[in-house]
Amino acid sequence: MSEEKFDCIVVGAGPSGIAAALTLARAGLEVVVLERGEYPGAKNLFGGILFTTILNRLVPEFWKEAPVERHVVGRRFSFLSEDSELAVDFASGKFDSPPYNNSFIVLRSRFDRWFAGQAEAAGVEIYPEIVVDDFIRTGGRVTGILARGEGGEHDELHADAVICAEGANSLLAEKSGLRKPMTPGNRLVAVKEIIRLPREVVEDRFHLEGDQGTAYEFFGEAVKGMVGSGFIYTNRDSISVGVGCTVEDFLEKQISPNDLLEQFKAHPRVRALVRGGEVVEYSTHMLPEDSYDELPEMVGDGLILVGDSAGLINASIYHEVTNLAMASGVFAAEAVIEAKQKGDFSKAALQAYRNKLEESFVLKDMFHFRHVVHFLKSHKQFLNEYPDLFIELMVDYFTVSETTKPEVRKQVFRKFRRRVKLIPFLRDLWAARGAMV
Amino acid sequence: MSDSPESMTAPTPVVSLDDKLALVKRKFAKDSHIEVDQALFRQDTLKAVLFVCPAKVYELNEETGECLVNFENCLECGTCQVAAREYVKWDNPQGGFGVSYALG
Ligand SMILES: Cc1cc2nc3c(=O)[nH]c(=O)nc-3n(C[C@H](O)[C@H](O)[C@H](O)COP(=O)(O)OP(=O)(O)OC[C@H]3O[C@@H](n4cnc5c(N)ncnc54)[C@H](O)[C@@H]3O)c2cc1C
Ligand code: SF4
Repeated sequence: MSEEKFDCIVVGAGPSGIAAALTLARAGLEVVVLERGEYPGAKNLFGGILFTTILNRLVPEFWKEAPVERHVVGRRFSFLSEDSELAVDFASGKFDSPPYNNSFIVLRSRFDRWFAGQAEAAGVEIYPEIVVDDFIRTGGRVTGILARGEGGEHDELHADAVICAEGANSLLAEKSGLRKPMTPGNRLVAVKEIIRLPREVVEDRFHLEGDQGTAYEFFGEAVKGMVGSGFIYTNRDSISVGVGCTVEDFLEKQISPNDLLEQFKAHPRVRALVRGGEVVEYSTHMLPEDSYDELPEMVGDGLILVGDSAGLINASIYHEVTNLAMASGVFAAEAVIEAKQKGDFSKAALQAYRNKLEESFVLKDMFHFRHVVHFLKSHKQFLNEYPDLFIELMVDYFTVSETTKPEVRKQVFRKFRRRVKLIPFLRDLWAARGAMV
Repeated sequence: MSDSPESMTAPTPVVSLDDKLALVKRKFAKDSHIEVDQALFRQDTLKAVLFVCPAKVYELNEETGECLVNFENCLECGTCQVAAREYVKWDNPQGGFGVSYALG
């Protein structure tokens, strides 16, 4: 493929790369996507919920044809202690009709393949089984990529602009010099099992009807008080069960991700949800945990980083990362389309991408939640001591006895006062409010 | 509760890591995509790769102190290199090789 030149090369056929390619092709640009997997989606997994305000614009009413497992009507967040649980459970019938609150549970190997098919139908050339090893530079500016060939030699492929959509294991972004090295502090690693259960069991166990789905997220003892969480998502006739925490915390606890997952599944509040199932897939993937202040540069001469490789995440309970990924892909494509009209692919011209991100929910939300990760890392009491204490107090509060209720309440309150120092506790709450809300 | 009686008493599904890896389709390349600097590995006290890898790729040879690399097990998360950049060099396997998730 060496002599060819494209308007744009996209590296990676995940949500960000395909959203970019689709947008470019519809504007009439010649675009090629290179994907290292056997097919788009072969290397990809997530929790998860696909968030779809952007997708619904790219492919209106996609849920009628895309391989979605369920639409999400509920979210549940809980803290586990050793043998107890304190949860907030929310579900709404309002999310039961189109556009289904723009949240759908999907399995990525199936969804990504379908999404890539949409891009192909729009004229994008997609080549799987190709690893991109580096960028080609001409006078300091990126003008193409090096694709690894069979015997270790490289094929060159040229373009006016390259969009790097390689995901969380950001080897190329590091090579480009746009991002600092990945560190145990700015990467999470997750492991997940897909556990098959009869469809009726999924629906009964998780209080669902028809195509409804739900998402459970567990903190505290679920992940040994580490920064991260355990999760369960309901697929059609299986559930996705996993844990993900910062690499830093795995190193500190010296625990293996797979052991953490097994301990999570064995927790009395979790085992009731997974019992009787059959494990049909095991998988692992990293996630970025870059905060707004540590974001990579994202734009170079002839080069744009999108999605996870740009570190675009929402480190709050909302997540919505896939929506950020697709939005970034669309914005990058728009910047390249404008650059082509001007015939200028310099960093200054492509900076329009970053501006679009800053003006949209993508970086506005990231800016808003910029302190969350740092806050949790420096206030681990919110992930272990405090939830443990509150659950203990709840146990006391609800323990049936012949002590009068006013006396029980007094005892509970006294215990609380004994266990936490009021002023530091209030200051912690104040700090949490500032960082998380 | 409308769970069937069997599923009420059914056990937590626990599968050994080897059996979990066997569930994933992988196409093995001839050459390893992972290199370990044995001298630096020996000096490292934490030896994080031995526990942080979700696929048990790294094993300690107790006799020689060497790090064995079962690269065929690799599920390509990239964590080992992030955790132990000093002595692990990880690269993407050749295109089309390595894991192919069916569900993801
Ligand atoms: C366990 C887990 C749970 C998650 N849960 C959720 C969730 O519930 N909701 C949500 O919105 N988000 C979730 N996320 C995050 C979400 O998956 C990512 O943000 C999203 O996939 C990012 O999309 P992307 O296109 O940037 O990268 P990816 O989806 O990772 O795609 C990158 C693509 O590039 C390819 N590639 C990489 N390097 C090369 C190379 N050198 N040459 C060629 N191809 C290459 C890869 O094979 C891959 O196909 C979760 C992530 C994980 C790991
Ligand atoms: S990439 Fe992940 S699975 Fe592969 S060796 Fe490294 S840590 Fe293990």
